Amino acid sequence: MNEQIQEVLALTNRWVKRLSREKFSMLFTLIQPMLFWLIFFGNLFQRAADVQVVQAPNYMSFLAAGVVVMTVLNNGLAGGVDLLFDKENGFLERLMATPIRRSSVILSRFLFVMAITGMQILVILGVAFLFGVSAETGILGIALILVLGMLFGIGLTSISMAMAFSVKSHGDFFSVLGFLSLPMIFLSSALVPLVAMPGWMQFFAIFNPMTWVIDAVRPLIISGWSEALPQVGIALVVLIAFDALCLYGGAKAFKRSVG
Amino acid sequence: MSAPAAIEVTNLSKTYDTVDAVKNLSLTVQHGEIFGLLGPNGAGKSTTLRILITTLSPTTGTATILGHDVVKEADTVRRLIGYVAQERAIDRFLTGREHLLLLADLYHLKKDEALARIETLLKLVNLEEHADRVAKGYSGGMKRKLDIACGLLPNPKILFLDEPTLGLDVQSRLNIWDHVRKLKEQGMTIVMTTNYLDEADQLCDRIAIIDRGEIRAIGSPKDLKASLGGDGIWLTLSDATPEALDQLTTALQGLPFVRGIRPRENGLDIRVDGPEKALPAIMETTTKVGCLLDGIEYHRPRLDDVFVAHTGRSLTNEPAPLEA
Repeated sequence: MNEQIQEVLALTNRWVKRLSREKFSMLFTLIQPMLFWLIFFGNLFQRAADVQVVQAPNYMSFLAAGVVVMTVLNNGLAGGVDLLFDKENGFLERLMATPIRRSSVILSRFLFVMAITGMQILVILGVAFLFGVSAETGILGIALILVLGMLFGIGLTSISMAMAFSVKSHGDFFSVLGFLSLPMIFLSSALVPLVAMPGWMQFFAIFNPMTWVIDAVRPLIISGWSEALPQVGIALVVLIAFDALCLYGGAKAFKRSVG
Repeated sequence: MSAPAAIEVTNLSKTYDTVDAVKNLSLTVQHGEIFGLLGPNGAGKSTTLRILITTLSPTTGTATILGHDVVKEADTVRRLIGYVAQERAIDRFLTGREHLLLLADLYHLKKDEALARIETLLKLVNLEEHADRVAKGYSGGMKRKLDIACGLLPNPKILFLDEPTLGLDVQSRLNIWDHVRKLKEQGMTIVMTTNYLDEADQLCDRIAIIDRGEIRAIGSPKDLKASLGGDGIWLTLSDATPEALDQLTTALQGLPFVRGIRPRENGLDIRVDGPEKALPAIMETTTKVGCLLDGIEYHRPRLDDVFVAHTGRSLTNEPAPLEA
Protein backbone atom coordinates (compact mmCIF):
# COMPACT_ATOMS: atom_id res chain seq x y z
CA MET A 1 0.00 0.00 0.00
CA ASN A 2 2.78 2.39 0.98
CA GLU A 3 4.63 1.34 -2.12
CA GLN A 4 1.68 2.17 -4.31
CA ILE A 5 1.33 5.60 -2.77
CA GLN A 6 5.00 6.21 -3.49
CA GLU A 7 4.48 5.14 -7.10
CA VAL A 8 1.35 7.21 -7.70
CA LEU A 9 2.83 10.33 -6.12
CA ALA A 10 6.01 10.05 -8.16
CA LEU A 11 4.08 9.57 -11.39
CA THR A 12 1.65 12.40 -10.62
CA ASN A 13 4.58 14.62 -9.77
CA ARG A 14 5.90 13.95 -13.25
CA TRP A 15 2.69 15.23 -14.87
CA VAL A 16 2.84 18.35 -12.72
CA LYS A 17 6.50 18.94 -13.62
CA ARG A 18 5.80 18.50 -17.30
CA LEU A 19 3.01 21.04 -17.18
CA SER A 20 5.06 23.54 -15.20
CA ARG A 21 7.92 23.29 -17.72
CA GLU A 22 5.60 24.29 -20.54
CA LYS A 23 4.76 27.82 -19.54
CA PHE A 24 2.46 28.52 -22.46
CA SER A 25 0.69 25.27 -22.10
CA MET A 26 0.18 25.97 -18.42
CA LEU A 27 -1.24 29.41 -19.12
CA PHE A 28 -3.62 28.08 -21.73
CA THR A 29 -4.58 25.21 -19.49
CA LEU A 30 -6.00 27.65 -16.99
CA ILE A 31 -7.28 30.22 -19.47
CA GLN A 32 -8.74 27.59 -21.70
CA PRO A 33 -10.83 27.97 -24.80
CA MET A 34 -13.88 26.97 -22.82
CA LEU A 35 -13.77 30.40 -21.24
CA PHE A 36 -14.39 31.90 -24.68
CA TRP A 37 -17.68 30.06 -24.81
CA LEU A 38 -18.71 31.68 -21.59
CA ILE A 39 -17.42 35.15 -22.42
CA PHE A 40 -18.27 35.41 -26.11
CA PHE A 41 -21.12 33.01 -26.59
CA GLY A 42 -22.63 34.04 -23.27
CA ASN A 43 -22.56 37.73 -24.08
CA LEU A 44 -23.51 37.30 -27.74
CA PHE A 45 -26.67 35.46 -26.90
CA GLN A 46 -27.45 37.50 -23.82
CA ARG A 47 -30.21 39.30 -25.73
CA ALA A 48 -30.88 36.80 -28.49
CA ALA A 49 -31.74 34.02 -26.06
CA ASP A 50 -35.22 34.10 -24.63
CA VAL A 51 -35.17 33.95 -20.83
CA GLN A 52 -38.62 32.35 -20.98
CA VAL A 53 -37.10 29.51 -22.94
CA VAL A 54 -33.86 29.05 -21.01
CA GLN A 55 -35.66 29.49 -17.68
CA ALA A 56 -32.84 31.52 -16.15
CA PRO A 57 -32.29 35.14 -15.11
CA ASN A 58 -30.18 35.61 -18.23
CA TYR A 59 -28.34 33.55 -20.83
CA MET A 60 -24.94 33.94 -19.18
CA SER A 61 -26.16 32.36 -15.97
CA PHE A 62 -27.83 29.61 -18.00
CA LEU A 63 -24.65 28.93 -19.96
CA ALA A 64 -22.31 28.79 -16.93
CA ALA A 65 -23.30 25.21 -16.06
CA GLY A 66 -22.85 24.15 -19.67
CA VAL A 67 -19.37 25.63 -19.85
CA VAL A 68 -18.35 23.99 -16.56
CA VAL A 69 -19.33 20.58 -17.90
CA MET A 70 -17.83 21.31 -21.33
CA THR A 71 -14.53 21.87 -19.55
CA VAL A 72 -14.84 18.53 -17.85
CA LEU A 73 -15.62 16.97 -21.23
CA ASN A 74 -12.60 18.47 -22.95
CA ASN A 75 -10.20 17.67 -20.15
CA GLY A 76 -11.52 14.18 -19.76
CA LEU A 77 -11.41 13.33 -23.44
CA ALA A 78 -7.88 14.72 -23.71
CA GLY A 79 -6.80 13.04 -20.47
CA GLY A 80 -5.20 10.08 -22.20
CA VAL A 81 -3.09 12.06 -24.65
CA ASP A 82 0.07 12.07 -22.55
CA LEU A 83 -0.16 8.33 -22.06
CA LEU A 84 -0.53 7.99 -25.82
CA PHE A 85 2.74 9.86 -26.32
CA ASP A 86 4.36 7.77 -23.58
CA LYS A 87 3.22 4.68 -25.39
CA GLU A 88 4.54 5.91 -28.71
CA ASN A 89 7.97 6.97 -27.54
CA GLY A 90 8.59 4.00 -25.29
CA PHE A 91 8.43 5.80 -21.95
CA LEU A 92 5.45 3.67 -20.94
CA GLU A 93 7.51 0.58 -21.65
CA ARG A 94 10.23 1.92 -19.38
CA LEU A 95 7.64 2.39 -16.62
CA MET A 96 6.13 -1.04 -17.19
CA ALA A 97 9.52 -2.73 -16.85
CA THR A 98 9.68 -1.49 -13.24
CA PRO A 99 7.99 -3.36 -10.37
CA ILE A 100 5.04 -0.99 -10.11
CA ARG A 101 1.40 -1.91 -9.84
CA ARG A 102 0.02 -1.50 -13.33
CA SER A 103 -2.81 0.62 -11.98
CA SER A 104 -0.47 3.30 -10.62
CA VAL A 105 0.06 4.85 -14.04
CA ILE A 106 -3.70 5.12 -14.53
CA LEU A 107 -4.30 6.44 -11.03
CA SER A 108 -1.67 9.14 -11.43
CA ARG A 109 -3.41 10.28 -14.59
CA PHE A 110 -6.83 10.40 -12.88
CA LEU A 111 -5.38 12.36 -10.00
CA PHE A 112 -3.70 14.89 -12.26
CA VAL A 113 -6.59 15.38 -14.67
CA MET A 114 -9.06 15.73 -11.82
CA ALA A 115 -6.91 18.33 -10.07
CA ILE A 116 -6.55 20.39 -13.24
CA THR A 117 -10.25 20.07 -14.02
CA GLY A 118 -11.15 21.17 -10.51
CA MET A 119 -9.03 24.28 -10.84
CA GLN A 120 -10.52 25.10 -14.21
CA ILE A 121 -14.04 24.78 -12.90
CA LEU A 122 -13.15 27.27 -10.20
CA VAL A 123 -11.70 29.65 -12.80
CA ILE A 124 -14.88 29.42 -14.86
CA LEU A 125 -17.11 30.03 -11.88
CA GLY A 126 -14.86 32.96 -10.99
CA VAL A 127 -15.20 34.49 -14.45
CA ALA A 128 -18.94 33.89 -14.37
CA PHE A 129 -18.99 35.74 -11.06
CA LEU A 130 -17.31 38.73 -12.76
CA PHE A 131 -20.23 38.75 -15.21
CA GLY A 132 -22.65 38.77 -12.31
CA VAL A 133 -23.39 35.07 -12.03
CA SER A 134 -22.95 33.67 -8.54
CA ALA A 135 -23.92 30.20 -7.37
CA GLU A 136 -27.23 30.28 -5.53
CA THR A 137 -26.22 27.32 -3.39
CA GLY A 138 -22.97 28.93 -2.21
CA ILE A 139 -19.73 27.18 -1.27
CA LEU A 140 -21.41 23.86 -0.62
CA GLY A 141 -23.04 24.03 -4.03
CA ILE A 142 -19.68 24.73 -5.64
CA ALA A 143 -18.18 21.76 -3.80
CA LEU A 144 -20.99 19.59 -5.15
CA ILE A 145 -20.36 20.95 -8.67
CA LEU A 146 -16.73 19.89 -8.28
CA VAL A 147 -17.78 16.40 -7.16
CA LEU A 148 -20.14 16.03 -10.13
CA GLY A 149 -17.43 17.29 -12.46
CA MET A 150 -14.88 14.82 -11.10
CA LEU A 151 -17.30 11.90 -11.34
CA PHE A 152 -18.03 12.72 -14.97
CA GLY A 153 -14.32 13.31 -15.58
CA ILE A 154 -13.35 9.86 -14.33
CA GLY A 155 -15.51 8.16 -16.94
CA LEU A 156 -14.34 10.47 -19.72
CA THR A 157 -10.68 10.07 -18.81
CA SER A 158 -11.19 6.30 -18.84
CA ILE A 159 -12.58 6.51 -22.36
CA SER A 160 -9.65 8.66 -23.39
CA MET A 161 -7.09 6.32 -21.87
CA ALA A 162 -8.81 3.29 -23.38
CA MET A 163 -8.55 5.02 -26.73
CA ALA A 164 -4.91 5.92 -26.13
CA PHE A 165 -4.11 2.27 -25.46
CA SER A 166 -6.12 1.00 -28.42
CA VAL A 167 -5.39 3.34 -31.33
CA LYS A 168 -2.64 2.60 -33.80
CA SER A 169 -1.44 6.19 -34.09
CA HIS A 170 -2.06 9.52 -32.43
CA GLY A 171 -3.57 10.76 -35.70
CA ASP A 172 -6.44 8.35 -35.13
CA PHE A 173 -6.76 9.50 -31.57
CA PHE A 174 -7.12 13.17 -32.43
CA SER A 175 -9.53 12.45 -35.30
CA VAL A 176 -11.86 10.58 -32.98
CA LEU A 177 -11.45 13.26 -30.33
CA GLY A 178 -12.26 16.12 -32.70
CA PHE A 179 -15.17 14.18 -34.08
CA LEU A 180 -16.62 13.38 -30.68
CA SER A 181 -16.45 16.62 -28.76
CA LEU A 182 -18.71 18.98 -30.74
CA PRO A 183 -21.68 16.62 -31.17
CA MET A 184 -21.38 15.82 -27.47
CA ILE A 185 -21.80 19.53 -26.73
CA PHE A 186 -24.58 20.29 -29.22
CA LEU A 187 -26.46 17.14 -28.36
CA SER A 188 -26.69 18.10 -24.71
CA SER A 189 -28.40 20.76 -22.66
CA ALA A 190 -25.23 22.89 -22.57
CA LEU A 191 -26.43 25.66 -24.89
CA VAL A 192 -30.20 25.19 -24.99
CA PRO A 193 -32.50 23.46 -22.48
CA LEU A 194 -33.74 20.02 -23.42
CA VAL A 195 -37.35 21.15 -23.85
CA ALA A 196 -36.40 23.81 -26.39
CA MET A 197 -34.52 21.42 -28.67
CA PRO A 198 -35.79 19.97 -31.95
CA GLY A 199 -37.27 16.55 -31.25
CA TRP A 200 -34.54 14.48 -32.89
CA MET A 201 -31.76 16.36 -31.07
CA GLN A 202 -33.66 16.04 -27.84
CA PHE A 203 -33.79 12.30 -28.41
CA PHE A 204 -29.99 12.06 -28.64
CA ALA A 205 -29.45 14.52 -25.81
CA ILE A 206 -31.40 12.31 -23.40
CA PHE A 207 -28.86 9.53 -23.93
CA ASN A 208 -25.95 11.91 -23.43
CA PRO A 209 -24.72 11.67 -19.82
CA MET A 210 -23.50 15.23 -20.20
CA THR A 211 -27.12 16.44 -20.29
CA TRP A 212 -27.80 14.95 -16.87
CA VAL A 213 -24.70 16.41 -15.32
CA ILE A 214 -25.48 19.86 -16.73
CA ASP A 215 -29.07 19.64 -15.56
CA ALA A 216 -27.79 19.00 -12.04
CA VAL A 217 -25.10 21.69 -12.10
CA ARG A 218 -27.41 24.35 -13.54
CA PRO A 219 -29.93 24.57 -10.68
CA LEU A 220 -27.01 24.57 -8.25
CA ILE A 221 -25.93 27.80 -9.94
CA ILE A 222 -29.21 29.54 -10.85
CA SER A 223 -31.97 28.08 -8.65
CA GLY A 224 -31.22 26.71 -5.21
CA TRP A 225 -31.11 23.52 -3.18
CA SER A 226 -34.74 22.49 -3.41
CA GLU A 227 -34.69 22.41 -7.19
CA ALA A 228 -31.15 21.13 -7.44
CA LEU A 229 -31.19 18.13 -5.10
CA PRO A 230 -33.50 15.83 -7.11
CA GLN A 231 -31.47 16.62 -10.25
CA VAL A 232 -28.22 15.91 -8.40
CA GLY A 233 -29.65 12.57 -7.29
CA ILE A 234 -30.48 11.58 -10.86
CA ALA A 235 -27.07 12.77 -12.07
CA LEU A 236 -25.30 10.66 -9.44
CA VAL A 237 -27.13 7.53 -10.57
CA VAL A 238 -26.34 8.27 -14.22
CA LEU A 239 -22.69 9.00 -13.41
CA ILE A 240 -22.16 5.85 -11.37
CA ALA A 241 -23.50 3.76 -14.23
CA PHE A 242 -21.47 5.76 -16.76
CA ASP A 243 -18.25 5.47 -14.75
CA ALA A 244 -18.70 1.76 -14.14
CA LEU A 245 -19.10 1.19 -17.86
CA CYS A 246 -16.13 3.38 -18.80
CA LEU A 247 -13.83 1.96 -16.13
CA TYR A 248 -14.67 -1.56 -17.23
CA GLY A 249 -13.93 -0.74 -20.86
CA GLY A 250 -10.80 1.18 -19.92
CA ALA A 251 -9.47 -1.65 -17.78
CA LYS A 252 -10.01 -4.08 -20.64
CA ALA A 253 -8.18 -1.89 -23.14
CA PHE A 254 -5.34 -1.37 -20.68
CA LYS A 255 -4.99 -5.09 -19.98
CA ARG A 256 -4.94 -5.84 -23.68
CA SER A 257 -2.26 -3.24 -24.27
CA VAL A 258 0.17 -3.74 -21.41
CA GLY A 259 -0.81 -7.14 -20.00
CA MET B 1 20.08 -29.63 -9.39
CA SER B 2 22.34 -26.83 -10.57
CA ALA B 3 21.58 -23.14 -10.13
CA PRO B 4 19.27 -21.74 -12.82
CA ALA B 5 20.83 -20.08 -15.84
CA ALA B 6 20.64 -16.29 -16.04
CA ILE B 7 18.04 -16.58 -18.77
CA GLU B 8 16.35 -19.65 -20.14
CA VAL B 9 14.05 -19.28 -23.13
CA THR B 10 12.11 -22.31 -24.32
CA ASN B 11 10.08 -22.57 -27.52
CA LEU B 12 9.03 -18.95 -27.31
CA SER B 13 6.56 -17.67 -29.90
CA LYS B 14 4.76 -14.38 -30.30
CA THR B 15 2.05 -13.88 -32.90
CA TYR B 16 0.52 -10.53 -33.78
CA ASP B 17 -2.79 -11.04 -35.54
CA THR B 18 -1.48 -13.43 -38.17
CA VAL B 19 2.17 -12.40 -38.22
CA ASP B 20 4.69 -14.54 -36.36
CA ALA B 21 7.08 -12.02 -34.80
CA VAL B 22 8.97 -14.74 -32.96
CA LYS B 23 8.82 -18.42 -33.87
CA ASN B 24 9.72 -21.23 -31.50
CA LEU B 25 12.78 -19.53 -30.12
CA SER B 26 15.00 -21.21 -27.53
CA LEU B 27 18.22 -19.99 -25.98
CA THR B 28 20.18 -19.90 -22.75
CA VAL B 29 22.16 -16.99 -21.41
CA GLN B 30 24.91 -17.81 -18.90
CA HIS B 31 25.79 -15.75 -15.86
CA GLY B 32 28.20 -12.93 -16.51
CA GLU B 33 28.16 -12.98 -20.29
CA ILE B 34 27.25 -10.30 -22.80
CA PHE B 35 24.66 -11.86 -25.03
CA GLY B 36 23.66 -10.17 -28.27
CA LEU B 37 20.50 -10.55 -30.29
CA LEU B 38 21.60 -9.62 -33.79
CA GLY B 39 19.29 -9.08 -36.70
CA PRO B 40 17.78 -6.55 -39.07
CA ASN B 41 14.84 -4.36 -38.06
CA GLY B 42 11.69 -6.39 -37.64
CA ALA B 43 13.60 -9.63 -37.16
CA GLY B 44 12.00 -10.30 -33.79
CA LYS B 45 14.84 -9.29 -31.49
CA SER B 46 12.93 -6.41 -29.92
CA THR B 47 9.89 -8.61 -29.43
CA THR B 48 12.08 -11.16 -27.68
CA LEU B 49 13.62 -8.47 -25.48
CA ARG B 50 10.21 -7.08 -24.55
CA ILE B 51 9.01 -10.51 -23.51
CA LEU B 52 12.10 -10.92 -21.32
CA ILE B 53 11.55 -7.56 -19.61
CA THR B 54 7.91 -8.58 -18.98
CA THR B 55 6.27 -5.80 -20.98
CA LEU B 56 4.93 -8.23 -23.57
CA SER B 57 3.55 -11.68 -22.95
CA PRO B 58 4.43 -14.57 -25.25
CA THR B 59 1.77 -16.38 -27.26
CA THR B 60 3.32 -19.75 -26.40
CA GLY B 61 6.51 -20.98 -24.77
CA THR B 62 8.26 -19.83 -21.61
CA ALA B 63 11.11 -17.64 -20.50
CA THR B 64 12.71 -17.52 -17.08
CA ILE B 65 15.03 -14.94 -15.55
CA LEU B 66 17.21 -16.44 -12.80
CA GLY B 67 14.62 -19.20 -12.56
CA HIS B 68 11.59 -16.89 -12.39
CA ASP B 69 8.92 -17.08 -15.06
CA VAL B 70 8.48 -13.76 -16.90
CA VAL B 71 4.70 -14.13 -16.99
CA LYS B 72 3.78 -15.84 -13.72
CA GLU B 73 6.41 -14.07 -11.62
CA ALA B 74 6.61 -10.84 -13.57
CA ASP B 75 6.89 -8.69 -10.47
CA THR B 76 9.85 -10.70 -9.12
CA VAL B 77 11.54 -10.54 -12.51
CA ARG B 78 11.08 -6.76 -12.65
CA ARG B 79 12.92 -6.44 -9.34
CA LEU B 80 15.89 -8.37 -10.72
CA ILE B 81 16.42 -6.65 -14.04
CA GLY B 82 17.41 -3.26 -15.35
CA TYR B 83 16.23 -1.93 -18.68
CA VAL B 84 18.09 0.52 -20.86
CA ALA B 85 15.41 1.81 -23.19
CA GLN B 86 15.97 3.41 -26.56
CA GLU B 87 16.89 7.04 -26.24
CA ARG B 88 13.61 8.38 -27.55
CA ALA B 89 12.00 6.98 -24.39
CA ILE B 90 13.18 10.02 -22.48
CA ASP B 91 10.85 12.68 -21.14
CA ARG B 92 12.28 15.84 -22.63
CA PHE B 93 10.64 18.02 -19.99
CA LEU B 94 12.39 16.30 -17.09
CA THR B 95 16.00 16.74 -16.06
CA GLY B 96 18.34 13.80 -15.92
CA ARG B 97 18.17 13.73 -12.15
CA GLU B 98 14.36 13.84 -12.20
CA HIS B 99 14.30 10.76 -14.42
CA LEU B 100 16.36 8.91 -11.86
CA LEU B 101 14.32 10.22 -8.93
CA LEU B 102 11.12 9.07 -10.62
CA LEU B 103 12.54 5.60 -11.22
CA ALA B 104 13.86 5.45 -7.66
CA ASP B 105 10.29 5.85 -6.43
CA LEU B 106 9.05 3.24 -8.86
CA TYR B 107 11.65 0.82 -7.48
CA HIS B 108 10.53 1.84 -3.98
CA LEU B 109 13.90 3.07 -2.82
CA LYS B 110 14.14 5.07 0.38
CA LYS B 111 14.83 8.76 -0.13
CA ASP B 112 18.39 8.91 1.21
CA GLU B 113 19.34 5.62 -0.42
CA ALA B 114 17.96 6.92 -3.71
CA LEU B 115 19.86 10.20 -3.51
CA ALA B 116 23.14 8.47 -2.74
CA ARG B 117 22.75 5.96 -5.53
CA ILE B 118 21.74 8.62 -8.05
CA GLU B 119 24.86 10.61 -7.17
CA THR B 120 27.04 7.56 -7.74
CA LEU B 121 25.37 6.72 -11.04
CA LEU B 122 25.60 10.25 -12.40
CA LYS B 123 29.30 10.17 -11.61
CA LEU B 124 29.68 6.74 -13.17
CA VAL B 125 28.18 7.73 -16.50
CA ASN B 126 29.78 11.15 -16.41
CA LEU B 127 26.58 13.14 -16.47
CA GLU B 128 26.92 15.13 -13.24
CA GLU B 129 27.24 18.57 -14.77
CA HIS B 130 24.16 18.10 -16.97
CA ALA B 131 22.05 16.33 -14.35
CA ASP B 132 19.87 19.35 -13.66
CA ARG B 133 19.23 20.39 -17.24
CA VAL B 134 16.01 19.28 -18.92
CA ALA B 135 16.64 16.42 -21.30
CA LYS B 136 15.36 18.43 -24.26
CA GLY B 137 18.86 19.85 -24.72
CA TYR B 138 20.73 16.57 -24.32
CA SER B 139 22.83 15.16 -27.15
CA GLY B 140 22.29 11.60 -28.32
CA GLY B 141 25.27 10.47 -26.29
CA MET B 142 24.06 12.19 -23.13
CA LYS B 143 20.62 10.63 -23.49
CA ARG B 144 22.27 7.25 -23.81
CA LYS B 145 24.27 7.83 -20.64
CA LEU B 146 21.10 8.78 -18.83
CA ASP B 147 19.45 5.63 -20.18
CA ILE B 148 22.25 3.52 -18.82
CA ALA B 149 22.05 5.22 -15.44
CA CYS B 150 18.29 4.51 -15.46
CA GLY B 151 18.96 0.87 -16.26
CA LEU B 152 21.50 0.55 -13.46
CA LEU B 153 19.43 2.34 -10.82
CA PRO B 154 17.74 -0.80 -9.43
CA ASN B 155 21.14 -2.45 -9.03
CA PRO B 156 20.07 -5.22 -11.39
CA LYS B 157 21.42 -8.75 -11.74
CA ILE B 158 20.71 -8.65 -15.46
CA LEU B 159 20.80 -5.58 -17.65
CA PHE B 160 18.84 -5.38 -20.90
CA LEU B 161 19.88 -2.89 -23.54
CA ASP B 162 17.76 -2.08 -26.57
CA GLU B 163 19.93 -0.97 -29.50
CA PRO B 164 22.35 0.80 -27.16
CA THR B 165 24.28 2.70 -29.80
CA LEU B 166 21.65 3.27 -32.47
CA GLY B 167 22.33 6.55 -34.23
CA LEU B 168 25.28 7.55 -32.06
CA ASP B 169 28.51 9.07 -33.30
CA VAL B 170 31.68 6.99 -33.19
CA GLN B 171 33.06 8.54 -30.00
CA SER B 172 29.82 7.99 -28.08
CA ARG B 173 29.58 4.42 -29.31
CA LEU B 174 33.05 3.59 -28.02
CA ASN B 175 32.09 5.26 -24.77
CA ILE B 176 28.98 3.10 -24.37
CA TRP B 177 30.94 -0.03 -25.23
CA ASP B 178 33.42 0.82 -22.49
CA HIS B 179 30.60 1.15 -19.99
CA VAL B 180 29.13 -2.18 -20.99
CA ARG B 181 32.50 -3.91 -20.72
CA LYS B 182 33.06 -2.46 -17.26
CA LEU B 183 29.68 -3.74 -16.13
CA LYS B 184 30.56 -7.19 -17.36
CA GLU B 185 33.82 -7.03 -15.40
CA GLN B 186 31.74 -6.40 -12.30
CA GLY B 187 29.93 -9.64 -12.99
CA MET B 188 26.73 -8.34 -14.49
CA THR B 189 24.89 -10.39 -17.10
CA ILE B 190 24.02 -8.27 -20.12
CA VAL B 191 21.57 -8.88 -22.94
CA MET B 192 21.41 -6.48 -25.82
CA THR B 193 19.78 -6.16 -29.20
CA THR B 194 21.73 -4.68 -32.06
CA ASN B 195 21.71 -4.49 -35.79
CA TYR B 196 25.34 -3.45 -35.92
CA LEU B 197 27.66 -6.29 -36.84
CA ASP B 198 30.79 -4.69 -35.45
CA GLU B 199 29.03 -4.09 -32.16
CA ALA B 200 27.99 -7.72 -31.90
CA ASP B 201 31.45 -8.81 -32.97
CA GLN B 202 33.46 -6.72 -30.55
CA LEU B 203 31.21 -6.50 -27.54
CA CYS B 204 29.30 -9.75 -27.25
CA ASP B 205 30.57 -13.02 -25.82
CA ARG B 206 27.87 -14.86 -27.67
CA ILE B 207 25.29 -13.83 -30.19
CA ALA B 208 22.09 -15.21 -31.61
CA ILE B 209 21.47 -14.28 -35.22
CA ILE B 210 17.75 -13.73 -35.59
CA ASP B 211 15.94 -13.35 -38.85
CA ARG B 212 12.21 -13.45 -39.54
CA GLY B 213 11.50 -14.46 -35.97
CA GLU B 214 13.82 -17.45 -35.88
CA ILE B 215 17.31 -18.08 -34.58
CA ARG B 216 19.56 -18.88 -37.51
CA ALA B 217 22.79 -19.36 -35.60
CA ILE B 218 24.01 -19.04 -32.06
CA GLY B 219 27.52 -18.98 -30.63
CA SER B 220 30.53 -16.78 -30.01
CA PRO B 221 31.49 -14.49 -32.89
CA LYS B 222 34.76 -16.42 -33.18
CA ASP B 223 33.09 -19.82 -33.41
CA LEU B 224 30.49 -18.58 -35.82
CA LYS B 225 33.17 -17.21 -38.08
CA ALA B 226 35.23 -20.39 -37.83
CA SER B 227 32.18 -22.47 -38.73
CA LEU B 228 32.16 -20.82 -42.14
CA GLY B 229 35.12 -23.01 -43.00
CA GLY B 230 38.22 -20.95 -43.47
CA ASP B 231 39.23 -17.64 -44.96
CA GLY B 232 37.41 -16.34 -47.96
CA ILE B 233 38.75 -15.53 -51.41
CA TRP B 234 36.31 -13.84 -53.71
CA LEU B 235 36.95 -13.97 -57.42
CA THR B 236 35.16 -11.72 -59.83
CA LEU B 237 35.37 -12.70 -63.48
CA SER B 238 34.80 -10.37 -66.39
CA ASP B 239 33.29 -13.22 -68.43
CA ALA B 240 31.34 -15.04 -65.76
CA THR B 241 29.34 -17.42 -67.94
CA PRO B 242 28.00 -20.54 -66.19
CA GLU B 243 30.28 -22.71 -68.33
CA ALA B 244 33.36 -20.72 -67.40
CA LEU B 245 32.45 -20.87 -63.71
CA ASP B 246 31.86 -24.61 -63.90
CA GLN B 247 35.14 -25.18 -65.60
CA LEU B 248 37.01 -23.04 -63.09
CA THR B 249 35.30 -24.72 -60.14
CA THR B 250 36.32 -28.13 -61.36
CA ALA B 251 39.90 -27.02 -61.83
CA LEU B 252 40.11 -25.35 -58.40
CA GLN B 253 38.58 -28.30 -56.55
CA GLY B 254 41.74 -30.24 -57.21
CA LEU B 255 43.90 -27.86 -55.20
CA PRO B 256 44.89 -29.21 -51.77
CA PHE B 257 44.20 -26.12 -49.64
CA VAL B 258 40.75 -25.36 -51.05
CA ARG B 259 38.04 -26.31 -48.56
CA GLY B 260 34.93 -25.27 -50.37
CA ILE B 261 33.65 -23.34 -53.36
CA ARG B 262 30.38 -21.52 -53.73
CA PRO B 263 29.15 -19.36 -56.58
CA ARG B 264 28.60 -15.68 -55.96
CA GLU B 265 27.61 -12.83 -58.20
CA ASN B 266 29.90 -12.81 -61.29
CA GLY B 267 32.36 -15.10 -59.61
CA LEU B 268 33.21 -17.59 -56.89
CA ASP B 269 33.55 -17.63 -53.12
CA ILE B 270 36.44 -19.93 -52.30
CA ARG B 271 37.18 -21.06 -48.75
CA VAL B 272 40.85 -21.77 -48.08
CA ASP B 273 43.14 -22.60 -45.16
CA GLY B 274 45.34 -19.55 -45.60
CA PRO B 275 46.22 -16.99 -48.24
CA GLU B 276 49.95 -17.61 -48.79
CA LYS B 277 49.81 -20.59 -51.12
CA ALA B 278 46.22 -20.32 -52.12
CA LEU B 279 46.27 -16.87 -53.70
CA PRO B 280 49.02 -17.48 -56.28
CA ALA B 281 47.73 -20.96 -57.08
CA ILE B 282 44.20 -19.74 -57.62
CA MET B 283 45.35 -16.94 -59.90
CA GLU B 284 47.49 -19.35 -61.86
CA THR B 285 44.66 -21.83 -62.25
CA THR B 286 42.29 -19.11 -63.37
CA THR B 287 44.67 -18.03 -66.11
CA LYS B 288 45.27 -21.61 -67.13
CA VAL B 289 41.55 -22.29 -67.56
CA GLY B 290 41.33 -19.14 -69.66
CA CYS B 291 39.11 -17.01 -67.42
CA LEU B 292 39.62 -13.29 -67.30
CA LEU B 293 40.06 -12.10 -63.74
CA ASP B 294 38.33 -8.83 -62.97
CA GLY B 295 39.05 -8.72 -59.28
CA ILE B 296 40.25 -10.79 -56.36
CA GLU B 297 39.52 -10.16 -52.74
CA TYR B 298 40.85 -11.89 -49.68
CA HIS B 299 39.44 -11.58 -46.21
CA ARG B 300 39.33 -13.36 -42.93
CA PRO B 301 35.81 -14.45 -42.13
CA ARG B 302 33.65 -11.57 -40.93
CA LEU B 303 30.44 -11.64 -39.00
CA ASP B 304 28.81 -10.25 -42.10
CA ASP B 305 29.70 -13.47 -43.90
CA VAL B 306 28.17 -15.45 -41.05
CA PHE B 307 25.06 -13.38 -41.38
CA VAL B 308 24.88 -13.84 -45.14
CA ALA B 309 25.55 -17.56 -44.80
CA HIS B 310 22.68 -18.02 -42.34
CA THR B 311 20.09 -15.59 -43.65
CA GLY B 312 20.95 -15.35 -47.31
CA ARG B 313 21.25 -11.58 -47.16
CA SER B 314 23.48 -8.89 -45.80
CA LEU B 315 22.83 -6.48 -42.95
CA THR B 316 22.95 -3.34 -45.04
CA ASN B 317 22.46 -0.69 -42.39
CA GLU B 318 25.88 -1.16 -40.90
CA PRO B 319 27.92 1.98 -40.22
CA ALA B 320 31.54 2.21 -41.22
CA PRO B 321 33.53 -0.23 -39.10
CA LEU B 322 35.55 1.35 -36.33
CA GLU B 323 38.59 -0.78 -36.86
CA ALA B 324 39.70 -3.72 -38.92
